[in-house]
Order: sequence, then C-alpha cells, then structure tokens
Amino acid sequence: MLQTIQSDIVVDVVGETCPVPLVEMRKAVMKAKKGDIIEVKGTHPASKQEIPMAVDSLGLELLGIREEDQVWHIFIQK
Amino acid sequence: MDKATIVVHSGDLDKVMSALIIGNGYLAMGGEVTLYFTFWGLQRLIKGRLSKAPLSRMHFFGLGTWMMKRKMKKANVAPPEKLMADFKALGGRIIACEMTMEVMGISKSDLDETLIDEYGAVGMYVNESKKARMTLFI
Repeated sequence: MLQTIQSDIVVDVVGETCPVPLVEMRKAVMKAKKGDIIEVKGTHPASKQEIPMAVDSLGLELLGIREEDQVWHIFIQK
Repeated sequence: MDKATIVVHSGDLDKVMSALIIGNGYLAMGGEVTLYFTFWGLQRLIKGRLSKAPLSRMHFFGLGTWMMKRKMKKANVAPPEKLMADFKALGGRIIACEMTMEVMGISKSDLDETLIDEYGAVGMYVNESKKARMTLFI
C-alpha cells in the first residue's frame, strides 16, 4: 500500500544528521494543508525512531514506514 | 505539547549548540521554547559571533575548536547558524539578559537584534518558566 501512496510533499534529508530530519519534517508540516501526505526520506537511524514520536506528539497520522537500501521513507498525514 | 525554557549561560560552542539542538527538537515535537541568553552565553548573540566561540574542553588555543568544526562538517552536523535559523523558523523565542548587557557594556546595537524577541531580567525568565515543564541551565 505504501508503494502506491501519492505524497503531496517530499522532504529529502538523506545524509543529514540530528536534529535536521526532525526539524525539516516539522517545517514541512507547518507548510502543509490539512489532509496532505508528507513523505520524509532519510538515512539517519535515530531520526527513523524519533520522527514517529514527533508525529504522535503533534497529533498527526503515521501512515507507515518503508525501507530500502538503507533509506527510510516515513509517510505522515496532516 | 508543553513548554521548555533553557538558560544559555555558557558561551562555549559545544554548549550553545546543545542548547539549540535541544530547543529545535522540542519545537519540532510541537512544544514551545524560550532561550534565555545570559552571561557568557550572551556573547553569542553579538553580531557575527554565534560560532566564534571556544570549546568547553579541548580548546587548545583555538586548534581544538578548528578541528572540532572540521569533524562536525565531515559528519554533516548543522552549523550553529543553521541551528539558529531553524530555531527561529520553528517559532522559538529568545530573551537577552539586560543585566549582562549592563555589566559587560553591550548595547542593543551590538547584538543581532533580528534574533531577539525580548530584553529582560530574571523575572522574565521565571515568569516564562512558570508554564514550562522542562527547564535547563546550560
């Protein structure tokens, strides 16, 4: 199902380290409209854990996480 | 979410970066953050001095700092300027300590006023912290 998701906003933080992925995710959420799907893709292992925590505390919906070739994609709906 | 206040007392590069990283994380997770820059920390708000700072350890007359900056760049760690720009973009607030300004002879025009939301003293920090769930002294 995650393969077919159409993201409205893609946040590319591949190669970025703490706290950049978290911060860029938040900036994208601030810009997004309600209902928009945001895809965050990155490589920093800690961010893969903390972005879902932030999604929860921001009251957003975590649609899922996909991982391939050490790049994770986190799908969030505002 | 709730609120955090952080006293930035140290002007050391590593400690100011820690304050900004924690602040940015807190903002990114939906909280509010106020940084209160005082004493040596206030030096970092002087125009052009944000990253012109010593390390708390292993400074070695500037050599350690130069090496650390190189290592951080290699590890792709965001420089203090980006951390600060992100802090402001996410709605973080900054208070500059007026008492420190008096003691150290720093005027408003010496400081990067675009970063500063308010000028105040301990009362303002305490008042901001009444609503805070987390407060740190760095």
